[in-house]
Amino acid sequence: MSKTTGTKGVSRRTLLKGTAGLAGLAAGSGAITGFPYVKSADAKVLRYLGTAVNEGDDISKQCLKDTGIKIEYITATTDDVTKRVMTQPNSFDVLDTEYFSLKKIVPSGNILALDARKIKEFDNITPVFTKGETPGGKKIGGQGTAPWKVLYLEGKDSKKFATSATEFVTLIPTVYNADTLGIRPDLIKRPISSWSELLNPEFKGKASILNIPSIGIMDAAMVVEATGKYKYADKGNMTKEEIDLTMKVMTEAKKAGQFRAFWKDFNESVNLMASGETVIQSMWSPAVTKVRSMGIACTFQPLKEGYRSWASGFCVSKGVSGAKLDWAYEFVNWFLSGYAGAYLNRQGYYSAVLSTAKAHMEPYEWAYWMEGKPAEKDIKAPDGSLLEKAGAVRDGGSYEDRMGAVACWNAVMDENDYMVRKWNEFIAA
Amino acid sequence: MSEEVLQQAAPGLVPGSGTARAAKPTRLSPSFISWLQAGPMMLVFLAFFLIPLVFVVIVSFWDYNEYQLLPAFSGRGYTDTFEGCIAQLPDLCTIGKTYVKTLKLCFMVWAITLFIGFWVAYFLAFHVKSKTWQMGLSLLCTIPFWTSNVIRMIAWIPLLGRNGLVNSGLVKTGLVNHPVEWLLFSEFSVVLALVHLFTFFMVVPIFNSMIRIDKSLIEAAYDAGATGFQTLVNVIIPLAKPGIVIGSIFVITIVMGDFITIGVMGGQQIAAAGKIIETRVNALQFPAAAANAVILLVITFLIITMMSRIVDIKKEL
Repeated sequence: MSKTTGTKGVSRRTLLKGTAGLAGLAAGSGAITGFPYVKSADAKVLRYLGTAVNEGDDISKQCLKDTGIKIEYITATTDDVTKRVMTQPNSFDVLDTEYFSLKKIVPSGNILALDARKIKEFDNITPVFTKGETPGGKKIGGQGTAPWKVLYLEGKDSKKFATSATEFVTLIPTVYNADTLGIRPDLIKRPISSWSELLNPEFKGKASILNIPSIGIMDAAMVVEATGKYKYADKGNMTKEEIDLTMKVMTEAKKAGQFRAFWKDFNESVNLMASGETVIQSMWSPAVTKVRSMGIACTFQPLKEGYRSWASGFCVSKGVSGAKLDWAYEFVNWFLSGYAGAYLNRQGYYSAVLSTAKAHMEPYEWAYWMEGKPAEKDIKAPDGSLLEKAGAVRDGGSYEDRMGAVACWNAVMDENDYMVRKWNEFIAA
Repeated sequence: MSEEVLQQAAPGLVPGSGTARAAKPTRLSPSFISWLQAGPMMLVFLAFFLIPLVFVVIVSFWDYNEYQLLPAFSGRGYTDTFEGCIAQLPDLCTIGKTYVKTLKLCFMVWAITLFIGFWVAYFLAFHVKSKTWQMGLSLLCTIPFWTSNVIRMIAWIPLLGRNGLVNSGLVKTGLVNHPVEWLLFSEFSVVLALVHLFTFFMVVPIFNSMIRIDKSLIEAAYDAGATGFQTLVNVIIPLAKPGIVIGSIFVITIVMGDFITIGVMGGQQIAAAGKIIETRVNALQFPAAAANAVILLVITFLIITMMSRIVDIKKEL
């Protein structure tokens, strides 16, 4: 710029005139041939609020290809997602959240009850959600906010959960998993089989737990029960005395120097484990996979007391209506139709409708991820990177074994407020 | 806008229009014009600071449940915060412990940043003669701000961790038998990271005060036979006081409210006043979070009032 004005040519004013002219021309030409453009601006767009679990570029691209619906991801942490539903319910169309959040979200009246009859695969959703049992008939632990307790509403505009099946669904399930402890087998060098090992002084200064109160206290409760100190009526809904007892055990361990650090997000947990700062800790399945993909041994260790499970799915904002609501149903139906389910299964999660996901997976993939069989071929992640070599077996075995061993679900307790205060005391101790 | 019009709107703004034109009668009173000049900043201050602050105080007296704020007067945010504080005496309750810890960290960071910041500023102001070098070296001080929290977190682990560079060096040289654990996820690492980040906030205001010190005063002190130490204590420190206080206010307010650095470097195990607020907000307990914010504000305000008692910043500036 300064060079041209320095010589003589274009002054700023003429340049502006020029661009304005060009813009005008562009606008003019747009007006002539512009109708398709206007139409595409009115494309089917859904604003999708959620954590990063379900949000993949591949999923949104495939969805656009199959249905013409463009997905705009709004990514936030679980806590922030809930906060946003409460404070800005009109800032999203589709909500991807966990079942335990429903105890807060549903009474706020900010989500729409979905019509089960409009969900094509609704009857094919795994009985884990509807009956609390595996397809093979194993009964699943119902402590905490188990999905089947909060799946249905009494009526269209009801804020109360129904005790038996109705056609008004709060949250269409999409993805879930059974969580347990992650360990570094190369540094522990002996079998680990119980949650109580988290507080074993052998791992003093090398253990960790997650600093998300509502989930952390569930892991703590699994530990307390495993040590035989106490048996809870419902780990996911403790009394004040039970909360005090649980936090006392944890505080004593903390004061004795048991924990190296607490973690709050995925990357922190990966770093702690990969760097060897911790050798045993609460962990999420994809974080274990991530550590493994760095070439470091890490096991998502099945334990005899069972798993702590979580599940998430789709809600629709109360502000959505008309054509947009139809797209939302179309999107949910597409999501359950197989592509996304297979994609999630290949990440180590589970899909809500098993039959459609199976149809989108190779038989050897299905056998490895879902049936607990040794991999016939190399197992690849959805992005094509190598996850496991042929012959490997999935931690925890088959779908039946893992989901059948679920002991409790992520929860919001009635005494949540008290629990959060006690958790702060634990951190301050 | 012609110079004439500008002159009418704000006399004195147009350079070189001094006395001759100012004698002309203006239609706007001087006080109105000063209001006009201060107005935009006042509006910004009002909209983005005072009004939100008033809301925070109001909300801190509301009631709440799992999923909503209940706009009815309640002291629950405060009573919950101080729950069991009297019953637990002489032991400190959570909030007491948290503030003692926060103040302790704050004091350590303040003392270290002041010491380092003072000498860095001294070096820049009195030893570096060329303006270019002064600029260049000041820019160098901003390097800690080029990285994000996440990158710093990842960067510290290979350095300070159990299997980190420092520890493997110590073990190899035989200085220690086992890796030193307190290097990471401890008060040490928290203070280290905060000092690393915030010394710059001390350097800039102190440097600013120091370059305005009339060099002839130092020469006069020298001529009068003062030693270097006497000049420092009796001339330079008193004249650099406003910078010291402004820098201290920066550091103290930031550290008192910090929860990210303390969380990351302390392994989420060290309580901080800001952390309580974050946990409360995440649990959707906004009134309790607001109450804690008010308490934090009052305590920080008290510290700053005490500091400005020592030095009258308005007068010094």
